[in-house]
Amino acid sequence: MSKDKFVTIESSAVPLPIENVDTDQIIPARFLKATTREGFGENLFRDWRFDKKDQPKPDFILNNDIYSGEILVAAKNFGSGSSREHAAWAIHDYGFKVVVSSFFADIFKNNALNNGLLPVQISEIFLSKIFDAVEKDPSTQLKVDLENQEIILLSNGEKESFEINSYKKECLMNGYDDIDYLLNIKDKIEQFEQNRV
Amino acid sequence: MAGKTLFDKIWDAHVVDEIKGGPSVLYIDKHLIHEVTSPQAFAGIENRGISVFRPQNTVATPDHNVPTIDQHLPIKDQLSRFQVNKLTENCEKHGITLYGLSHPFSGIVHVIGPQLGITQPGMTMVCGDSHTSTHGAFGSVAFGIGTSEVEMVLATQCILQPKPKRMRINVEGTLSKGVTAKDIILYIIAKITASGGTGYFIEFAGSAIRSLSMEGRMTVCNMSIESGARGGMIAPDETTFEYMKGREFAPKGEGFDAAIEKWKQLKTDEDAVFDAELNYDAADIAPMITYGTNPGMGVKVSSNIPNENEIEQSNLATFQKALKYMGFEAGDDIIGKEVDYVFVGSCTNGRIEDLREVANFVKGRKKADNITAWIVPGSKQVEKQANEEGITEILEAAGFKLRQPGCSACLAMNDDKIPEGKLAVSTSNRNFEGRQGPGAKTMLASPLTAAAVAVTGKIIDPRTLLK
Repeated sequence: MSKDKFVTIESSAVPLPIENVDTDQIIPARFLKATTREGFGENLFRDWRFDKKDQPKPDFILNNDIYSGEILVAAKNFGSGSSREHAAWAIHDYGFKVVVSSFFADIFKNNALNNGLLPVQISEIFLSKIFDAVEKDPSTQLKVDLENQEIILLSNGEKESFEINSYKKECLMNGYDDIDYLLNIKDKIEQFEQNRV
Repeated sequence: MAGKTLFDKIWDAHVVDEIKGGPSVLYIDKHLIHEVTSPQAFAGIENRGISVFRPQNTVATPDHNVPTIDQHLPIKDQLSRFQVNKLTENCEKHGITLYGLSHPFSGIVHVIGPQLGITQPGMTMVCGDSHTSTHGAFGSVAFGIGTSEVEMVLATQCILQPKPKRMRINVEGTLSKGVTAKDIILYIIAKITASGGTGYFIEFAGSAIRSLSMEGRMTVCNMSIESGARGGMIAPDETTFEYMKGREFAPKGEGFDAAIEKWKQLKTDEDAVFDAELNYDAADIAPMITYGTNPGMGVKVSSNIPNENEIEQSNLATFQKALKYMGFEAGDDIIGKEVDYVFVGSCTNGRIEDLREVANFVKGRKKADNITAWIVPGSKQVEKQANEEGITEILEAAGFKLRQPGCSACLAMNDDKIPEGKLAVSTSNRNFEGRQGPGAKTMLASPLTAAAVAVTGKIIDPRTLLK
């Protein structure tokens, strides 16, 4: 089944300069009881975002109106811990299309890519430049160009390239889906099964 | 040509196809599913109008979301009940074997797989749960996957997966008394950090690892994901074969002998090269505990929380944030900290040997008044065995109560939540903020350390109380 195509994104960013953001923070386990993929954005970063009485905590970045955009910028080792794909769903459902960090946990990275959420891994140096720029001016625009595998700080034109395997890149750009790919090679899979016996 | 690692041998034997510039198409021998990460995958294949490709290769059990009391009654929480019922419905519809809550084979998915002999050396195994790495203890390539990947396996018995790099961690020497498998893995993660294994698949080796029972090996492999590694594995040996013998779904008779011959081949070649290799001395490992909010923040129980000048500059912000959450100060003594809850259970340490260890320790002792202790067996079989061995009786005499099987307070999806602000010593695998309940504080340790804490009411080096 085809998915939304990933297009070049130009947007302001939401900075989250916290390291080792684990998937229990992204979406706490008690919100994993749903049986559909929708609606997890409401509980994104639930316990950092809301207090016990469900009131927004004013010091958390998502509750600060001056920051907005489709790009979440986080410190190193983002998405560690549980394999819950709900974490990627929650970030995407909230409205982010890209997560930028200097380092992603493996399972989170796969989950993000499988849901049209682009993980952009950049150097510590460029990451801190982005944090500085966004802190100085929250309207700072970033451009994420998947085709050329570049992320650009539009205020001064500084840019860095990022890695993505060519298969996943093609999938994202064209809205292709891994399961369609696998279903198309079912003969090969059956052949493999027969050869093993 | 250089030899191959055990990981490469198993991985390569399961590659159906390679995508140029992309992932491998990896064939999966066994797929385990539970109620939380599978419903959207079933919905996915139904939306495509396809059926499960190889239903006989998937096994299901509910564990994450189940209550640990009154399991014979309908689940009270409406959403949990709906999710567990959805699993039953999906399994019935697609012809998948399900061990439901009342079934004697039910329990935490990573406890029942090995216990029933579903997990076997040389297999590829996946589950929508990061602790699938547990099964690597048998010399299988086992790792956690997301729900889209669960859907891939249901649809085609394959997933698309980039091949990780290989790391070997050797632990040589003899463990001293009171030092357990849990301490080994907490020690390793403290050394390499919570992200030091990212991008790798780890093979654990060395005499200290070989000396572990299968259950100890499972504890080590279980927490390899806490270093960021894709999975962990240990080459099968006599200990493995002995454990496999007579298991429900293990090969029997001549088939078993033939299987052993095959399993004996599952080892890393002498001249194989790893992308990274680390060596540790078992004598340097002591009972470990975590003081922070990721599993890499661990120290010897007998030591202090590090001072700020011992923390690398780039990790200082994480360190300070963690201590603030935990309500600890840098340099604090760990021993003597008052504890409120003790949790013994989870896929890390909810097996019979763990319960035995706790029972041996608390026999003739009493739980401290300030401690609430939850002891949750990993499966119905563990529960039954605990009853038969008199463990339940010993625990009750010491003031503890055995609850019914499930993931329970490890991730606090059910009602087993540590209250806000309370400090728990837990045998589980994650000490993230709020992991065991909103505002709950977790210190990870071995079942032996947890038992010592339960009887004294505060953090203690269990070795000081060993008879």
